[in-house]
Amino acid sequence: MDLLNAIFVKPFADMVAAPDFLLQVLWEGLVAGVLYALIALGFVLIYKSSRIFNFAQGIMVVFAALTLIGFHEHGVPALLAVPLTLAVMFILAVAIERVVLRPLVNQPDIILFMATIGITLFLIGFGEIIFGGENKVMITEELLIPTGSYTFEPFGGFVSIEQKDLTAVVGAVVLVVVLLVFLNRSKMGRAIRALGDDHQAALSVGISLSTIWVLVWFIAGVIALATGIVWGARAGVSFALEVIAYKALPVLMLGGLESVSGAIIGGIAIGVLEKLFEIYWGQPLLGGNTETWFAFVLALIVLLFRPQGLFGERIIERV
Amino acid sequence: MQKQGRNEVETGRDDPTRPLRGHPPLKGEGNAAPPILSVNNIEVIYDHVILVLKGVSLTVPQGGITALLGANGAGKTTTLKAISNLLHGERGEVTKGTIVFAGEQVQARSPNELVRRGCIQVMEGRHCFGHLSVEDNLLTGAFTRRDGNAAIRADLDLVYEYFPRLKVRRTSQAGYTSGGEQQMTAIGRALMSRPKMILLDEPSMGLAPQLVEEIFEIVRKLNEEQGVSFLLAEQNTNIALRYAKYGYILESGRIVLDGAAEALRRNEDVKEFYLGVGGEGRKSFRDVKHYKRRKRWLS
Repeated sequence: MDLLNAIFVKPFADMVAAPDFLLQVLWEGLVAGVLYALIALGFVLIYKSSRIFNFAQGIMVVFAALTLIGFHEHGVPALLAVPLTLAVMFILAVAIERVVLRPLVNQPDIILFMATIGITLFLIGFGEIIFGGENKVMITEELLIPTGSYTFEPFGGFVSIEQKDLTAVVGAVVLVVVLLVFLNRSKMGRAIRALGDDHQAALSVGISLSTIWVLVWFIAGVIALATGIVWGARAGVSFALEVIAYKALPVLMLGGLESVSGAIIGGIAIGVLEKLFEIYWGQPLLGGNTETWFAFVLALIVLLFRPQGLFGERIIERV
Repeated sequence: MQKQGRNEVETGRDDPTRPLRGHPPLKGEGNAAPPILSVNNIEVIYDHVILVLKGVSLTVPQGGITALLGANGAGKTTTLKAISNLLHGERGEVTKGTIVFAGEQVQARSPNELVRRGCIQVMEGRHCFGHLSVEDNLLTGAFTRRDGNAAIRADLDLVYEYFPRLKVRRTSQAGYTSGGEQQMTAIGRALMSRPKMILLDEPSMGLAPQLVEEIFEIVRKLNEEQGVSFLLAEQNTNIALRYAKYGYILESGRIVLDGAAEALRRNEDVKEFYLGVGGEGRKSFRDVKHYKRRKRWLS
């Protein structure tokens, strides 16, 4: 009885009793969720346009962040370092297309997947040679990201919102909106979606694979940089950051590998749910630290009932 | 030259408009229009072992509609894909022979460059982009164009003129439109690239006879009004020969018969095997006659 009470009654009673704390938890969850969503978005774009599950997305986040910091350490002003880093990501995209994707075209998916693991290992090694293995601090202030915090007092309580988290959320929203407009309105965006739908047909109408691949890997690089800045501002930049890519896996299972909106909603849902679960169920009942596994269990449950993910593109079947 | 088979005489060998095989007329030579496409004795191998085309030669005259006929597995689609250079995606390879489109060797060009030069394929089974709207589908056809939005918009209107039905359905997801509408979308999409030549693979597949007629009618209009040349792979011999000017019959990777469409329609063997009339009691080519497979690689 106690257990049922602790599962079904007490958490909700707590939420109602301290709504300001609930708000704080929701906000923290949202911020984490936005980051998961960004990483998942990188996966989705590449998967949609080339059916490659890009294992390297996580290390691209680290690599982009380290490149940015590296430029700054060499005396490049922060605001100039950003476009320079983008240029590096573009060169990386071209190199990956030339060296990895083009020779492996028409190979089974699993081989391309293995190739992205190769890219991961290469970037880890290459990054460590250039930037060293130690932790770095993100150049938050130099990038004009405010670091203060706002406090609110709703319901007579207390909620604190860090400005850099707010910047992260706003930045992510802007990035996503720009991306969606690009995908839906521009010629290149249309070609990316077309390629995702029907590879052969896309080739037959003259869509150039290599152009599109460079483009999506570059966009994934841009997203990686954004993620790197935001995440780095919260937790510093190290190669361990790569593991946040694994956090994107349950997001992808939840949202479906092919759906941009699924990645966003799935990311936010997982961020918020895992925080709520941790605070209201995990800590009192399971001794905490549930955030490491909650998302995966949730994804497993979703997979049991909806194998294409909650928002996976519906397979159009005409009868 | 080889000994001429009997059937050749019947099938319009004397047709003066027919370009000489193996010798695409040079510019300004003779009175025949230079072919926009000439395929010279190509051989295609899949996966390094499976020989699919065993020396196919054909030509499509400028502004012509040429039909490529044959049963399942004869090699029609492979021939078209060899021309548009889409074989690479299926581990196929042209190992012998040449394909010349508009005076240029095709093999060295990527599909994307070929589309830009005016040779586009409409694949068998439509292959629309299911999740894109009909209009977006059409616009993807303009990917290779560099002549600005206004011109592309104008061509979009032109496509809607030829296919009024698409205009009605332009915001629906292509995956949810009917088979006929998808075929129209696929042809319209190809038109958006401003092609000189469309390789049309099985436009009649899975469509009601009335719709097939409608599609072919549009093909003829496009040919007459826009000057687009067509190479048409079809199983529906009857309708293909009514709209085409010249036809080739392909059987297990070889061309066994060719001639002006009229002549082919009157040919007894074609009637029997492809049009389904006449020839009591016979079941297969093999039982009746061994076609002298004309060697076209003698240039």
